[in-house]
Parts: sequence; structure tokens; C-alpha cells
Amino acid sequence: MSAQSANEKVLLKGNEAFAEAAIRGGLRFYFGYPITPQSEIPEYMSRELPRRGGVFLQAESELGAINMAYGAGAAGGAVFISSSSPGIALMQEGMSFLCSAEVPLVALNVSRGGPGIGGIQPGQADYFQVTRGGGNGDYKIPVFAPASIQEAIDLIYEAAELAETWRNPIMIFSDGIMGQMMEPVTLPEQRPFTESDKIRSAKPWAITGYGDDDAQKNVVKSLRMQPDELEAHVEKLFAKYARAEKELARVETIGIEDADVVFVAFGTVARITREAIDILAERGIKAGLIRPISLWPFPYDEFDKIGARTRVVISAELSMGQMLEDVKIGVGKRLPTRLIHRTGGMIPTSLELADSAEKIYKEAIQ
Amino acid sequence: MSAQKLFFAGSGGQGIILMGQMVTYAAMFENKQTTYYPSYGPEMRGGTANCTVIVSDREVSSPLIYEADCLIAMNLPSLIKFESLVKPGGVMLLNSSIITQKATRDDIRVFYVPTIDIARELGSPRSANMVMLGAAVRATEVVKQETIERVMREKAFTGKKAETIPANIKAFEYFKI
Repeated sequence: MSAQSANEKVLLKGNEAFAEAAIRGGLRFYFGYPITPQSEIPEYMSRELPRRGGVFLQAESELGAINMAYGAGAAGGAVFISSSSPGIALMQEGMSFLCSAEVPLVALNVSRGGPGIGGIQPGQADYFQVTRGGGNGDYKIPVFAPASIQEAIDLIYEAAELAETWRNPIMIFSDGIMGQMMEPVTLPEQRPFTESDKIRSAKPWAITGYGDDDAQKNVVKSLRMQPDELEAHVEKLFAKYARAEKELARVETIGIEDADVVFVAFGTVARITREAIDILAERGIKAGLIRPISLWPFPYDEFDKIGARTRVVISAELSMGQMLEDVKIGVGKRLPTRLIHRTGGMIPTSLELADSAEKIYKEAIQ
Repeated sequence: MSAQKLFFAGSGGQGIILMGQMVTYAAMFENKQTTYYPSYGPEMRGGTANCTVIVSDREVSSPLIYEADCLIAMNLPSLIKFESLVKPGGVMLLNSSIITQKATRDDIRVFYVPTIDIARELGSPRSANMVMLGAAVRATEVVKQETIERVMREKAFTGKKAETIPANIKAFEYFKI
């Protein structure tokens, strides 16, 4: 049951699809350490990458994996890493280093319930971890949250290019449900791996050795001892992030111009919400949906399109209300905001979501 | 058909995951929208196993269900835990070779399928899950019977497992019209 050629529909488990999308995106190097619910990714990579001209290396820990990614990325390699929540937490120091050193990387979080080691069932409580920067210092990482296996494939494939363009890590934020579920998908064409002798021309900043030409000495680093130099560097990074805020915000909306209630939900929860919207329609309540595809930059502007009929905006998430903070920024003082949540690996059904939303709506119109 | 939601439940090793995946493959072959979601946890063989399969004409929204059009219960704990999941007017198929209890619901269609007895009678005791799959596909018409047979040949029983296809088709066809 392995992946076939391009344009053919294949049934893939999320984790295998994520891995295949990364390979096809041209991400030649994978460093990882197993953790549920994404261990199929290193398993898949250990089988596929070596025979397709790539490199799979199992690190001794997630700290090892992120620092291998830093090294390979600094040398111009196209790198993919994956883990799940506590493993991503261990990688945060490295993320800060990569952002400062402007080293490209595609990172995938197949998230689970926390805090701590938590559990292995799905969660979204890494929202702060991935959008607010889990490491030290001032930096940003663009984060994309797919809601289907196909969308995940497309985003990972695109992220391979975005990471190079922006010279920054790009995070894909998925969850245990998406990692484990299967859906028919179409895979993109294989983007060729960059050959080692082409890296110098493709990435003139990369550490490729002096070779025959010793005119240029590249340095990839995050250490800047002079405060004025460091400040200038951070200002430069934030000029880049300001452009990213304009260019990378992505969102899907359903019927928010004339909705009684507007949901905000991402990933799997957005899909459950779509079904809840159908249930609410049967009860005479018109609900809309803002589905942020990019969590950073968060699509704040989309909230201006919420129509005059709306009485309340509900953030539905698998956390204690982490995204709610962004929803409040988006809504401003225009409308009340409420939270519907489950956490710890629990997932609401569409019926539970609809029931909670109906109650919230009735309170809002009293 | 707008959407059919099937829930397969039993213990690890009973072929629960395989049954679910085969229906999902068949739905894909029939160009339907489909999503398969297994329970996952620390259990291995002997632990509980279940999976949800949704087959639809339009894009599948929630991959999780709060009610099922069809429950396939392969052991007693699955009947006790998931009988209430079946929506009124829905279908429940019980593996009556193992489950000696009767259903408590009277608002659903219930089929008692002695899967192991039938499989033994056919000379392939390991094909009990294919007997059940045949019964489920017949009862729900979620996919065509011949599509499942294509899945057996092209996806489920390839390579060394191909030699089991005749026995599995025989088991699957036990309830064929």
C-alpha cells in the first residue's frame, strides 16, 4: 500500500502522506526520533529516503534531530523534520537558532494532548508553542494548519519552497487524527533534489566550503555579541516578518456575511465544525466559519467581513482557549467572543459543538 | 446516498482495521469521497480495535461520528459499548459466533452473523472477517460487492497474500445475492 505515480488517486494514511509530500517537495534530508502519533513518518522515511537518493538519520533525541537539521540546513540541504508536541517542545531552542541564522526548514507537528508528556490522543494545545515562539528571543515562524490530508500534502509541498524563499523554518501544525486517518489523495510531481554541486549557486549564503574560490567566506550563526549588531539583525528579521504577515496570511471562510453565529476553528476541528453548521441550520440557526489556514500570520483582517447579523463569535479548539486570544484581537470590541473546547486528547462531536453553540447563541440574543 | 457512516469494532487481531480499509479503498475506486479513522492507543493484539469509515457523495466534513448508520460488532464488549451509537433505523451486524447476547435495541435492523462457524464450514477459519464484511456490504450497499473483490486483488491481498484470495472471496460471497 505504498505511494504511486503523480495524478493517480491513492489512499494514504496521514503520516505517510505527510512524509511522501516532503520527499516530493524536494526535502532530501530527514532527522527524527519516534513519538506517537507520528512514528509512521520516521518509519516511512527510513524506508523511502535512502533508496530515493535522500538521507534518513534517526537522532538520539529531538534535540539531536533539530541540531542535525540546523547543520544540514546551514550547509544548504533541504531538510524536513517531524515530531509531536513534547518532541516539538524539545526542538524549540533549535527553532530559535534557525530563525536567527535564517536557515530554511520544514517542520511538522502531529500534535497530541499536553501539558507535559501528556497523552497520545489529538490536541491543539500547542497553539502558543507554535505561534508565539517556544524558544528564546524575538522571532517568528509561519505556521500552516491543514484540515484534510490533501491540503496537508499541498502545504508541505509548498512549504519546501517557502522555507527557501523566506530563509526561515515553516511549521505545519497537524494533529493525531490527521496523522492516523486515511483519505484518497493526489500526490504532486517529484521536485528534484538539489545536487550537492548545485547548492553553491542555488544558495550562495550556504556553508559549502571554499572549493576553488576562496573569495567568499560564508558564516551562518546566531551568536552576535555586540548589542547594536544584534539589534540591527533582529530589526532586519522583523522587516522580513512584516512582509510575511502581508503575504502569508491564509484563510477559508464559509457564510460569515450573514451568519447568526461565526465559528473560528482550524484543522480537524474546522471539519467537525462544518458538520455542526449543518446541524445548526436544521435548528434555524445560521452559522458561519472562519478557518485560519495560517495560524501565524493569523488572518485578523478576515474578521472585518463578519456581517451585521452576527451576535457572537465562537472559538472552537482542542485547548483551553489559546486561539481565543487571536480571535479576540480579530474581533476587537465589536462582538462578544466565547470558547467551546475539549482538551487532553478529548474531541467534541459535531453534535456537542452544535449544542454548545446553540446555547451560547441563545444567551447572546437574550 | 448522501453519506454512510460505518463503525467497525472488535478486538485486535480480528481484522477490524482491514475491513474498514477495504471499504475505504472500494469507495475510492468508486470515486466517492471517503475518510477512514482508526482508534489508536497502546493496545496491541487482544486489545480493543475500532475504526470509522465515512463514504459520501460530497466532501467528508467531520472524520469523527456521533451516530453510525451501521455498526459491525465483532465481540461482546463492542456490542455493549457501541450499540447506542447506531442511529434509529440503522443497521447492526453481530458476530454471533462469539456474541451470544441479543441486541437490546428494537429500532434498528440487527443481523446475527455466525462468522467463525461459516468460515470453518467454508474451510478457511481465518476468513471470518471477510464473511462479516460480505454481510455488511450486502446490508448497507455502501459499496458494490465486486469493488471489494477488486480491492482484495489490487490492495488487500497482494504479493504472498494473493494465495488467500480465492478463500477470502468465497467467504466474502457467502451472503452475496
